[in-house]
Amino acid sequence: MTDLVTEPAAEVAVAQAHGELPSWRLLLRRPTFIAGVAILVFWVVCAVFGHAIAPQDPLAQQLLATNKPPSGAHWFGTDQLGRDVFSRVIVGARTILVISFFATLLGTVVGTALGLMMGYLGGVVDIVTGRLVEAVLALPLLVVAFLFVVAIGPSPLTIIIVIGFVFAPLIARTVRAAVLVERQQDYLASARLLGEGSAHIMFVEVLPNVLPAVLVEFTVRLGYAIFTVASLSFLGFGVQPPTPDWGADFSANYGVLPAGYWWMTLFPALAIASLVIAINLVTDSIEQVLAS
Amino acid sequence: MATYILKRLGLALITLWLLSVIVFVACQVLPGDPGRAILGPLAAQSAVQSLDHQLGVDRPLVTQYTSWVSGLLHGDMGTSTQFRAPVEPYIQAALVNSLKLAALAFVIVVPLGIVGGVIAALNYGRAADRVISVAGLSATTVPEFVSGIVVIIIFGVALKVLPVSASAGAGASAPSQFEHLILPAIPLVLVLFGYIARMARAGTIEALNSDYARTATLKGLKRTVVIRRHILRNSLLPTITVIATQTGYLIGGLVIVETLFNYQGIGNLIFKAAESKDFPMLAAGVLTIGIVYMLATLIADVLYTVLNPRLRLGGAE
Repeated sequence: MTDLVTEPAAEVAVAQAHGELPSWRLLLRRPTFIAGVAILVFWVVCAVFGHAIAPQDPLAQQLLATNKPPSGAHWFGTDQLGRDVFSRVIVGARTILVISFFATLLGTVVGTALGLMMGYLGGVVDIVTGRLVEAVLALPLLVVAFLFVVAIGPSPLTIIIVIGFVFAPLIARTVRAAVLVERQQDYLASARLLGEGSAHIMFVEVLPNVLPAVLVEFTVRLGYAIFTVASLSFLGFGVQPPTPDWGADFSANYGVLPAGYWWMTLFPALAIASLVIAINLVTDSIEQVLAS
Repeated sequence: MATYILKRLGLALITLWLLSVIVFVACQVLPGDPGRAILGPLAAQSAVQSLDHQLGVDRPLVTQYTSWVSGLLHGDMGTSTQFRAPVEPYIQAALVNSLKLAALAFVIVVPLGIVGGVIAALNYGRAADRVISVAGLSATTVPEFVSGIVVIIIFGVALKVLPVSASAGAGASAPSQFEHLILPAIPLVLVLFGYIARMARAGTIEALNSDYARTATLKGLKRTVVIRRHILRNSLLPTITVIATQTGYLIGGLVIVETLFNYQGIGNLIFKAAESKDFPMLAAGVLTIGIVYMLATLIADVLYTVLNPRLRLGGAE
């Protein structure tokens, strides 16, 4: 009872994610899943081909056309340096998606390995790691990430590593819970009787059976990663200018909002919101299919 | 129950110790040479060394850690490098401001979250449930500055009905302070709504499927009576603990909201400390956030034990 629900989203999801991976057929029947995937695909295309799609060079400054409101020539207006906001939003998908994805992937891989060991080996490994998880949980995710990024210095690689390592214990906790359920199953006893080693049992026998939990955990964490990456950029400790980035562009233009230049901040903000909502639509659909 | 609470306190102390190690590593080991950071790249090496000696950062790490912790235990949280003064008054003032903002957000979000969650549960699987669940989860993961900017643009810039800065200025009256806090509270409410609604929903669904709810319905009680007397009482128990644990997350979210609205709270304090590489202030601020969070979790656990008769009378675990 020491870890009374700190993140219900993940907890509830994992409680339901047991058994087989969700089937595509069931997922594709859900309009929320299709809507979420459509938005995600849109942003992924922007991240990959952004420079080709963007109508203008996102870095090109037009000093005679600064602070222009949205118009036919500049759909989302121009910023204080006369750069096309629409082009920057399109190209800006790259930094946040790449950093969030790799941070979540790192956290999931490390966390899954750690969780398998905690759950299967138990004992000292379990107790020590459990305490560490508690300590990391004693601070809000953003504050831990902020603290370490400030200490090491901001760079995309630092952010990926810091978020990945903060996620790892959280994911480990979920995987551990799933492994404890699997430990009761007969196939583990038979594998042990066949003389298989611990590593083989953990990664070949148990891992495939906890994959649904890992999948749900990955999608939930991806949402939190985007939240954290965007917030770090907003605070000035994420992606550094002039690279187009939603959070950094937001904070660079926030100061002129009282002057009525709302488009420079609103459009990057809406881009972040759409990405986060898309991921939640996908996560929710996967949970619903797994629960049914 | 007393043993349970004692055990819980012991675990909290271990967590607190680990937390102090994490903060120490982040603020005093990782950043490199503090003397160089303060004096800049052009300063002479001898000046950097003498400042390092003065700050005590040329001592072995273990010595530094023990002297830092013993200072903390004596109420000395360190000296700010940006203000060249003890950090405690700054932390204290900022914490009071943050608590004001947090209190307002809680007063709004708690009833809203519970009502939303219960409505979702009563419409389980239907449109209202999906809308509340997905909207709640989305609101929880949308960064506070995103929802913050939307309310600023609508109420502050377009309609001009509410002030966009959270600080009412020195000596402002209570109603004026309150008015300045309305907009900053909205993003916090949005972030917390999803958590609270989700717990209230899960608790209510569980209670709805329980045997006692079925019995109450079968013996002919009206649906409203079943919900009010049998379901809500049981379903709100986990929700109460979530509300208490959310205090910590709320204070974390304050980093963003206070920076966005330029409010002199603990979040803004650690942000400004980070910007000017004031690591003693950063360490003190983050540690304060950690302690507030741990206290909230502790209260949540104790409250849960006290409110749940099974744990109260049966002895915990």
